[in-house]
Amino acid sequence: MANEVVDHGRRRFLTATTAVVGGIGIVSAAVPFIKSWEPSARAKAAGAPVTQSLAKIEAGQLLTVSWRSLPVFVLNRTKAQLATLPMVDSRLVDPKSDGASADQQPKYAQNEARSIKPEWLVMIGICTHLGCVPDFVPEIKPEPFDPEWKGGFYCPCHKSRYDLAGRVFQGVPAPKNLPVPPYHFIDDSTIQIGVDPKEAG
Amino acid sequence: MANVFTRVGDWVNERAPGMAPMYRAHMTEYYAPKNFNLWYYFGSLALLVLINQIVTGIFLTMNYNPSAAGAFNSVEYIMRDVEWGWLIRYMHSTGASLFFVVVFLHMFRGIMYGSYKKPRELVWLLGMLIFLVLMAEAFMGYVLPWGNMSFWGAKVIISLFGTIPYIGNTLVEWIMGDFLPADATLNRFFALHVIALPIVLLLLVVLHIAALHEVGSNNPDGVEIKKGPKGNRWDALKPADGIPFHPYYTVKDLVGVGFFLLIAAFIIFFAPTFGGWFLEHDNFIPANNLATPSHIKPVWYFTPFYAIVRMIPSFLGSAVWGVLAMFGAIAVLFALPWFDRGKVKSIRYRGTGFKVALGLFVVSFIALGAVGAGITAEVIPVWFGDVDVTFWENLFGRLMTLVYFGFFAFLWVYTHFGWEKTKPVPERVTTHD
Repeated sequence: MANEVVDHGRRRFLTATTAVVGGIGIVSAAVPFIKSWEPSARAKAAGAPVTQSLAKIEAGQLLTVSWRSLPVFVLNRTKAQLATLPMVDSRLVDPKSDGASADQQPKYAQNEARSIKPEWLVMIGICTHLGCVPDFVPEIKPEPFDPEWKGGFYCPCHKSRYDLAGRVFQGVPAPKNLPVPPYHFIDDSTIQIGVDPKEAG
Repeated sequence: MANVFTRVGDWVNERAPGMAPMYRAHMTEYYAPKNFNLWYYFGSLALLVLINQIVTGIFLTMNYNPSAAGAFNSVEYIMRDVEWGWLIRYMHSTGASLFFVVVFLHMFRGIMYGSYKKPRELVWLLGMLIFLVLMAEAFMGYVLPWGNMSFWGAKVIISLFGTIPYIGNTLVEWIMGDFLPADATLNRFFALHVIALPIVLLLLVVLHIAALHEVGSNNPDGVEIKKGPKGNRWDALKPADGIPFHPYYTVKDLVGVGFFLLIAAFIIFFAPTFGGWFLEHDNFIPANNLATPSHIKPVWYFTPFYAIVRMIPSFLGSAVWGVLAMFGAIAVLFALPWFDRGKVKSIRYRGTGFKVALGLFVVSFIALGAVGAGITAEVIPVWFGDVDVTFWENLFGRLMTLVYFGFFAFLWVYTHFGWEKTKPVPERVTTHD
């Protein structure tokens, strides 16, 4: 035995195959640990639709509804507020929501007012930059952050600005318009957030 | 008695003959340059703060409850009901801020005296890794009290990864384990903060010091004492300008420790929140996922990097550029030994261009900190009256971002094309006998 010639080729082959098999084993064993970080079944199940009455929301008033633990803004826009929307078009990134923000709302809300009924704005109040909740700043008056302010939403985290349809202004860190969740009107004064009109039949 | 100690020592030596030589190599026979000045306190102080964080951290976990429902109340419980709990918590929170104070000064020392240059590039890289892990550790620690700043800080920082094209949203949900920072997020951050990252941090510190002791310490003159004359009072073959680390520098460092503890104790006892800089006021309100604090800003040590994120607008429908710039600001520091091609190490013998550039670099870092902390947004209306604050703040912040990155670009051009006019470097350290 001791005098046999060492077969280096065979030894290299065995070393390489052992390393490959061991490597596959380590990668496979890492999968459960990595997957354990994904949202759990309990977290996923907490996403049921929410029904909200609109009866007590006055003109110009904003209500924040919690859906999947996300803040959903429900805003009853006045005629004057709707009239400001075309005035800021030239200062927006994507005024018609058909460019970078094409996927930020369902098809039935892809219009100037970004809503099913013009006066009722329903959208997720999560800044498209890094996820803060923008402040509602409805008054049409010069603000320190914008001398030509026509009312809208202002993010306190990184100073992104949106108009009263959640459309993002140019020159701010946020890239897209605020997202509109799927929703539909059950009747004239009740909406359900989380379900499309089609699904509701 | 002495006999007993000797016998125990002999017993260990017989079974582990390598231990005594290792102690000597790193302590009594590690010859450090004899001209260390005040700037050389911050390495040992960083070690002191690390020990403080570990000891106070262990005691905090004994009463802390890592759950979204219980975390905030358990921190208040530590503050109000646990005997001396307030002191342990303030030692930990003040220690976190002071950690960054000493680490920033330690890094500045390295840049000033060229300690990142050959043959110490590895020491610098390991140090930068420590800085990176320290930032992750500090961020996760800040989330644990589950105040409103904890929650929104977590949201914003994790969302940084959401700007990565295609995989961003999935990655964010994977990090949070939910659709927003929640119980799962808090629990995994607790695990990482108290187990995983401290282990990595300790390992990196050991490697950092081991790598340093391989090549030997730099000094304010930036001369290699190993290349100088040999022979000192203790060893005929060791550098003439070296003195044993122990007892000379252990005793010197104790003086630094004394001053440092005096300052730390003053903060802990009289100004633990440091006017909202070390512990932000909004973090004394429990986490609320429906309301962002109106003046959200990170703790002071993240503000320069946070300002860079804020200064870069979205482009091509993506917000990833600001995030890339922020990580780039750290990446260029990693690459500093390769930006700087100059052979002269210490600022004492470097060209005027380097001195001016380093000064501007420090100014830009502090100015970006002021932008990130919201100071510029407050002072612009006061100093300049009725102007467009966002416009001027962005202009200033973008200029300072350019200066920050410009330092590295300038350094490369300045040294690569041989434009630097250096002074002659002395043969030996200037304060030898």
